[in-house]
Amino acid sequence: MSIDTLDRSSPPRQWTHRHLLSLEALSAEEITLVLDTAAGFKEAARDARHKIPLLAGKTVANLFFENSTRTRTSFALAARRLGADTVDFSSSGSSLSKGETFIDTAKNIEAMGVDLVVVRHRTPGTPQLLAQNLGVSVVNAGDGPHEHPTQGLLDVLTIRDRLGRVAGLTVALVGDIQHSRTARSNLWALKRLGAHVILCGPATLVSKRWEELDVEVCHNLDEILPRCDVVNLLRIQFERQATAPFPSVREYAHLYAMNGERLARAKENILILAPGPINRGVEVTPDVADGPHSVILEQVTNGVAVRMAVLKLLLGGRS
Amino acid sequence: MSSLLIEGGRVIDPAEGVDRVTNVLVEDDRVAAFDVPANGQARIINARGKLVVPGLIDMHVHLREPGREEDETIRTGTAAALAGGFTSIACIPNTEPPIDTQAQVEFVQHQAKRADQANVFVVACVSKNREGKELSEIGQLVEAGAVGFTDDGAPIYDPELLRRAFEYCQMFDKPILNHCEVRELTQGGVMHEGSVSLQLGLTGMPAAAEDVMTGRDIILAQTTGGRLHVMHISTAGSIELVRRAKSRGVRVTTEVCPHHFTLTDECLRSFDSNYKMSPPLRTSVDVEACIAGLRDGTIDCIVTDHAPHAREKKMQELDRAPFGIVGLETALGLVATELVEPGHLDWPAAIAKLTCNPARILKLPNKGTLRAGADADVTIIDPERRWTVDAAKFRSKSTNSPFVGRQLKGRADTVIVGGRVKYVAD
Repeated sequence: MSIDTLDRSSPPRQWTHRHLLSLEALSAEEITLVLDTAAGFKEAARDARHKIPLLAGKTVANLFFENSTRTRTSFALAARRLGADTVDFSSSGSSLSKGETFIDTAKNIEAMGVDLVVVRHRTPGTPQLLAQNLGVSVVNAGDGPHEHPTQGLLDVLTIRDRLGRVAGLTVALVGDIQHSRTARSNLWALKRLGAHVILCGPATLVSKRWEELDVEVCHNLDEILPRCDVVNLLRIQFERQATAPFPSVREYAHLYAMNGERLARAKENILILAPGPINRGVEVTPDVADGPHSVILEQVTNGVAVRMAVLKLLLGGRS
Repeated sequence: MSSLLIEGGRVIDPAEGVDRVTNVLVEDDRVAAFDVPANGQARIINARGKLVVPGLIDMHVHLREPGREEDETIRTGTAAALAGGFTSIACIPNTEPPIDTQAQVEFVQHQAKRADQANVFVVACVSKNREGKELSEIGQLVEAGAVGFTDDGAPIYDPELLRRAFEYCQMFDKPILNHCEVRELTQGGVMHEGSVSLQLGLTGMPAAAEDVMTGRDIILAQTTGGRLHVMHISTAGSIELVRRAKSRGVRVTTEVCPHHFTLTDECLRSFDSNYKMSPPLRTSVDVEACIAGLRDGTIDCIVTDHAPHAREKKMQELDRAPFGIVGLETALGLVATELVEPGHLDWPAAIAKLTCNPARILKLPNKGTLRAGADADVTIIDPERRWTVDAAKFRSKSTNSPFVGRQLKGRADTVIVGGRVKYVAD
């Protein structure tokens, strides 16, 4: 049974979650609801003149305890285009360096009257901890290597827009799966929506244990590439690695970089995604990153639409 | 002479092979005799329907004093021990400063005497300042009363130091208690390495990290003839290593904590730091191995690894929250509910792992038995009492327990230390 038929036969869908902490917790229907809602925001996402003041009077706080450029900007734009006020907090220069605990910091910001907190943190489970300790909605904007739900949503939205469906597609997530929250969120979303997922990368970064979740694990990119409809290239997260998982960047690029030569052996209409930031020349060569198969910048635009959808569903979703 | 009669209980004394309904007479601070009728004793305790057992012994407790009194003190820790049915505990020396001198040992003993609750025996540091470099003054520590040696909190890393410790401790017939963990394999880890850690993106601590060091320690115990006690065993692999070593006659004993025979790494899906301990919660295969090891005697003791942490420390991001949970007040209930009730162990076997076995390992004279002349440390257990773990009722200063809210069957009813009733359940 395809997800599409399932969708049509379902009753009117409703959003019941107070927080968005992971995609593992969402059903296919709920994921589709976010994607459909996001589709309606695409115009506004691209163009600041299309403001939709659904969240006028609401305040969204961005709590970023880990560096981010694109995600934080994307959430801020999404909130503003829905008419919400935003407040930014980043850990450098804050009370955290004075020894205040992370929960106290969050509670203080909550006490200033915010309606929703977007949190990024280096530690898995931190959004759950906040959700238990705060009275407002929490959106996970990346918790260490655990999940990055809006990234997973924007990736499947990009795939659905370009290829018309997700069910039945073969999607490879390539690279540093071990340390990638994008991989985990993509994995759950793609599985829920009925795609065949392949995890590909060096054995030190792609555990065979993933097979327990009924996904394919392969360490040889050239072997799987001809079967792939979509390849999502994940950044090597040098900053999260305690010990070197492969001998050299040169060897990694030799085995896994998406270059023109590899692309020539892929399906004609293959889609190349990369969640960014990318290490050009490591995961992907410039000719591919900037070539016709790449949808890297479209992902960024879709990111704003998806985040608008999430904010709308969490703050004004019961309409 | 004051006399106390414990009347009509099921008396279980595994050291003496006793398991029958009878009366126990206590005179002053000693067990006097069984089978004595009620006849004008100063005090009579009705123990009908209850178990009368030697005072329970927990040989792995972190009392935190000196240095971390915000987590626990010797007074609150020994109060928690009594409420859990323990009349004697052995405290682990990873305090600040660590217990590595005669003066430190005597400080703990002095504080325990002041608190006047449960008996406290001191396990002292193997190495000076717990640095893993030079042996501490083991002979003088033994004279002060140290019953064993460990650098717990940290493994004894240097195999040469461990070899020397095994050789040296034999002069005093004291065991080396080791926390077996190869740190290179666990760095940054917060939970067991497996499918769950993979899915949650949490850094794992593989079972191999425990097994590799357990294997090394067994080999060094075998070659030196030293006495090894493997602390808080948690993996199927390590349990099998100990089982084989015992069958070869290596002088090795081991212990398991209630959380390792009741919980698995699946609990971490909640991201609750009360499931973070070291060694970490393992898989259901390991839980089964712990139970099998308890059944066949591979695992000698049940200990709590009582590790109190103040709320503000534990209520942090999972990688910042410290390892460990409190256990003194839940251990007996978990043994009753999770081992005795399902039939994994009968009461005498369970009681042996909480009394005579730790007393034998630490050579505690007159402890862990009710034979005539033994210290009158007695725990009366109500095996039918149903209760819910309530953090607000903990006597420990800390409440970091994953068992809060859990329904248990069986708990300490009356606890007698040195002939004096020190605790009565409400």
